[in-house]
Amino acid sequence: MDISAQDIELLNRVQKNFPIVSDPFAEIASELGRDKSEMINRLALLEQAGFIARFGGVNNHKKMGASTLAALNVPTEKIDEISTLVNSFREVNHNYLRENAFNLWFVVTAATEGKLQEILSEIQRRSECELLDLPMVKSYHIDLAFQI
Amino acid sequence: MNTIEKKIIEKMQAGMPISEKPYEEIAEALNISQTQLLRTLDGMKKSGLIRRIGLVPNHYAIGYTVNLMTVWDIKDSDIDQVGVSVGALDFVSHCYQRPRHLPDWPYNFFAMVHGKSEAEANDKMQQINLLIKDSCRQFTSLKSTKILKKTGLRI
Repeated sequence: MDISAQDIELLNRVQKNFPIVSDPFAEIASELGRDKSEMINRLALLEQAGFIARFGGVNNHKKMGASTLAALNVPTEKIDEISTLVNSFREVNHNYLRENAFNLWFVVTAATEGKLQEILSEIQRRSECELLDLPMVKSYHIDLAFQI
Repeated sequence: MNTIEKKIIEKMQAGMPISEKPYEEIAEALNISQTQLLRTLDGMKKSGLIRRIGLVPNHYAIGYTVNLMTVWDIKDSDIDQVGVSVGALDFVSHCYQRPRHLPDWPYNFFAMVHGKSEAEANDKMQQINLLIKDSCRQFTSLKSTKILKKTGLRI
């Protein structure tokens, strides 16, 4: 399935400020000058084809408990082992391998700061790697959407 | 956060249907009225508990295959000014001030940029550099080479 400029316009519109009203797609269809049912069908097709990662609410981690971005410097030969260790914590929700001495980057979210620190200590102890704890000090771009 | 707000957040995090009346379906599943759902959602959006409602595109499928975490060592006195200018760029998806960990980690500002190629992502990083070079001592980028885990937030 090919994605058109009209699809991109639609995806961009539905990324942000999805109307909190009983008939939200009617509002968007009227803004974009499209037929509502045709537009919803197209969006469902885009979702089936894998162009939409998710549709729903994006929570504010900071208000949900404690969270941080952490990094480990893992020796290349231990990447698989250590990433399995890190991923085994249900509090870890993103984990990326990146090109740097600190090569494993992951986000940890826990109900409390105490629990968060407990998890970080355990990861550090069991991995025997140096760990950076980089909690957000301030956000300058609270909306995670970007124009595609 | 009260019980109903928690139930709504969990349900919204799990995902909404792409259908004629998405909120009606969510309200039915939660056994509350659509009016109550809309009123509560509106309140949680205003208080910041819910950051946004909408879709998250699969950037990779759309062609944004390069995700570059750019990290910057910004003079402390300039950090807010830099944050506001970089946060306003439409190709930056997140940007945060974070603590330094000297001597290993001198960077106190993070901006995530996405590109359809490595060249495009690097070009965007250079645009940031031009904008903030007077406030920046050094910067680098960390390209992602593999996604090892990616799940929605669980509460």
